[in-house]
Amino acid sequence: MEILKPAAAGTLESSDAMVTVEPCEEGIDVELNSTVIHQYGNEIKKVVMETLARLSVQNAKITVVDKGALNCTLKARVECAVFRSNDQKENLPWGGVIE
Amino acid sequence: MNPNKKRLRRSMMFLNCQKPGLIKDPYIYRPDSIMLDLEDAVAEGEKDAARYSLYHALQEIDYRGVERIVRINGLDTPHWREDVRVCVAGGADAIRIPKVESAEDVKRIEAAVEEDEKAFGKEPGSMLLMAALESAMGVMKALDICEASERLFGIALSGGDYTKDLQTVITGGGVELAGARQHMIIAARAAKVQCFDTVYTNLDDMEGFKKEVEMIKMMGFDGKSLVNPRQISIVHDVYTPTEKEIIFSEKVVKEIDEKKAQGIGVFTVDGKMIDIAFYDGAKRVLELAKASGVYKGDM
Repeated sequence: MEILKPAAAGTLESSDAMVTVEPCEEGIDVELNSTVIHQYGNEIKKVVMETLARLSVQNAKITVVDKGALNCTLKARVECAVFRSNDQKENLPWGGVIE
Repeated sequence: MNPNKKRLRRSMMFLNCQKPGLIKDPYIYRPDSIMLDLEDAVAEGEKDAARYSLYHALQEIDYRGVERIVRINGLDTPHWREDVRVCVAGGADAIRIPKVESAEDVKRIEAAVEEDEKAFGKEPGSMLLMAALESAMGVMKALDICEASERLFGIALSGGDYTKDLQTVITGGGVELAGARQHMIIAARAAKVQCFDTVYTNLDDMEGFKKEVEMIKMMGFDGKSLVNPRQISIVHDVYTPTEKEIIFSEKVVKEIDEKKAQGIGVFTVDGKMIDIAFYDGAKRVLELAKASGVYKGDM
């Protein structure tokens, strides 16, 4: 998928994450701000990168402000932001690239 | 029949799918069911975000035997079809259909579920349904609604919208809901499905809440929708049979079995006249006692 326009998903509440995606000319640029960056920073980046790979996103600037989100929440927020950047809200590929 | 159709549902706790902090570990409060909400609790612009959260929660969180029901958006919205898709794909146990006013409403959701069970490779018939009655018309059509689908395990009263439709308000005393409650429980029992009471939203009045739970149990309701974990233990306590009730029910079941074999129809247990009409009630008490963890017998 391409990031067609800036889009965001999530909140800054506890156990959540605010994820913003923006178009980028080449590659994936991840900016992470987390309350648990020292313990889980690498794990969070891994989940974000795996989710983007599943969605076949090859070029994106992605900003994650994490407030202690579980992996399932991180995936949900990244997916939501990416599909919002494509204006797709129906007939989503549940069980496909959203797994 | 889906074996979960008749499972124990004393407590059904609402949780907002828009809030990851709420849906990550509600099993610690041990409700019988959680009601993951895509409808009223979720802001109009966040319906899509709530679905992603729901999908991954269903897929990845171990709810430890707590039933996972999803309240979808109503048939009068553009959201319900995608809601059904995510429920089926994610593997929810049941769907709560809001604002049901006819058997046709249930059949529309049933058709969508059937289509999605095929599309997502799920076992046919695995998704159960329940219908929320939120209007005078819905309540008047209760029996039709109860009989609309083999998947439908029960109906629930939604008191807020229903009283608006009646042009009154929730008073706390229950007089405004009395007719709907009575009508719905009779319809549900006639159709052999379960019946659930509306939420009690005054969290500062736990005594009033307990009285309401005692009343709806006496009326025959199977359980109640809840908005706060503090309400769960009160419901479970009210619904747990006492030791005296358990001992009496054991005697009734045993005596009826024995007397039936001897060709005796009417007899007394602890001074009370008993006949076959008491059998199912006594069995229900023992099943509830077992489910509540206070009866280890084998009856």
